[in-house]
Amino acid sequence: MSLVSSDAQFAIATEADMVIARQKGREIAQSLGFPISDQALIATAISELTRNMLKYAGRGHLSLAVEQQPSRKAIVVTAVDNGPGIADPVLAMQDGFSSGDGLGLGLPGTRRIMDDFELETKLGEGTRITAKKWIR
Amino acid sequence: MAVPILRQGDVLIGSIQAALTDAEMLSFQTELSERVGAHRSRGVVVDVTGLDVIDSFSARTLQGIAQTVKLRGAHTVIVGIQPEVAFAMVQLGLLLDGVSTALDLDEGMARLKGLIGTS
Repeated sequence: MSLVSSDAQFAIATEADMVIARQKGREIAQSLGFPISDQALIATAISELTRNMLKYAGRGHLSLAVEQQPSRKAIVVTAVDNGPGIADPVLAMQDGFSSGDGLGLGLPGTRRIMDDFELETKLGEGTRITAKKWIR
Repeated sequence: MAVPILRQGDVLIGSIQAALTDAEMLSFQTELSERVGAHRSRGVVVDVTGLDVIDSFSARTLQGIAQTVKLRGAHTVIVGIQPEVAFAMVQLGLLLDGVSTALDLDEGMARLKGLIGTS
């Protein structure tokens, strides 16, 4: 059985919102007892996800929640937007691929630094990315 | 928040003291490049101690700063990357190829002295 409690939700519409969201993510990770190296990974993942959201969808929402299982817990980062969606999700997950002007590390990099990563996207409707990091 | 840029001899020191938005990071890059010309600086130290996160965008901008400054005829050393930030950068594959780094401001100034023979 796992129990998810939602701790915070952020409207992401400006770069300042990104900074606030990643700082909040670090705070929650710290309060859950994540080591400082994981706190930085989580903040970095939030930064990449919210930037993608701003760049491609213009705006969206980021939520931070805690998933509690009997023997472990995770921070759950969910990024949702109603943007154009990703035409080729497989390609978008490859290192070095970018349809914008980035390094093309945003999505594959985020998947690498988080434990679980799930991408749902539909052209013309939007994108939802859920990334979790479990505390050891 | 604008990043303060101090001048010490022929070296410029840009000290990032808090988390920056992408736009602030880019204006810091532009400002630094202009100041290198205005002061005929030969070296630049960018202190990133205050950056909570160096993600793909900030890494690309730091690399851009080093390349721009190089094209302006000066050297750049990035200092103050925090240990957990460095760890996250490696995980993400952000290796700042071709950019000089040093532990802190003192080490960075020492490195620049070696590179430009400043007084």
